[in-house]
Amino acid sequence: MKGSLIIVGFFVLGALVGLFELIPFNIADTDISFYTLCALMFCVGLGIGNDPQTIRNFRSLNPRLVFLPVMTILGTLAGAALASLVLTHRTAPECMAVGAGFGYYSLSSIFITEYKGAELGTIALLSNIIREIFTLLAAPLLVRWFGNLAPISSGGATTMDTTLPIITRCSGQEFAVVSIFHGFIVDFSVPFLVTFFCSI
Amino acid sequence: MFTVIGLMFSGILLGYLLRVKRMTQLNKVITCLIWALLFLLGVEVGGNRRIIEGLATLGMEAIVITLASVLGSCVAAWALWVVLYKRKRKEV
Repeated sequence: MKGSLIIVGFFVLGALVGLFELIPFNIADTDISFYTLCALMFCVGLGIGNDPQTIRNFRSLNPRLVFLPVMTILGTLAGAALASLVLTHRTAPECMAVGAGFGYYSLSSIFITEYKGAELGTIALLSNIIREIFTLLAAPLLVRWFGNLAPISSGGATTMDTTLPIITRCSGQEFAVVSIFHGFIVDFSVPFLVTFFCSI
Repeated sequence: MFTVIGLMFSGILLGYLLRVKRMTQLNKVITCLIWALLFLLGVEVGGNRRIIEGLATLGMEAIVITLASVLGSCVAAWALWVVLYKRKRKEV
């Protein structure tokens, strides 16, 4: 939670700097953010390849629950596509690109800003922060309404770190491995799906 | 676009090849890069009058997309839950 607040703090700080034009040149015209994004993705890849624990964790998984990330992805994309019917000036792929952040707001908003502009990027940032906070707050209700797997699906890409404690508390300790596996798969899908929906 | 994903895969490969050497500082680097990028996004948003003026509308749109996404994924998770639960009962 503290980490999320710091990230939002940097966004707010940047917004203030932009609002009062404290930087003498227009950052949107430069490639700075693209190169930073490249560096970030390279480091994220390094982290995945360098950690032997990630593969070891998946050995103890109930094989039938491997479908959970698929359900999360399909359900989210279907819901986001339906949202475009309400938001008439947004296309379905735009809404699906925002939905495909799965709560991974830092990465998805950066990608969408790069490909679709800062306006949709801001929607992605807000939407995916709300998703994480909603999961943290509503997990007990989700278990009651939709069963023990619901908070994991709702948590999206965050279920391997920030929302993991609340999930094990509400769904049960036996769902910890599923939750980590789910978070890993969904997390990994974010750059692909967001790029895909931005390009159509 | 594929530059970014290609870089991630070269990162995974390099990380795997160098796996004997634990990269302890990596998470700090990632965190700093995320801070930098969110700061840059903020600068872009703050410097854009159209977004600042439409922030309330953008927030509403974000809420609509989030609720639809979460509801969709929960219904899908519920379906899987029902299927697995029924199968478990048959086994018993």
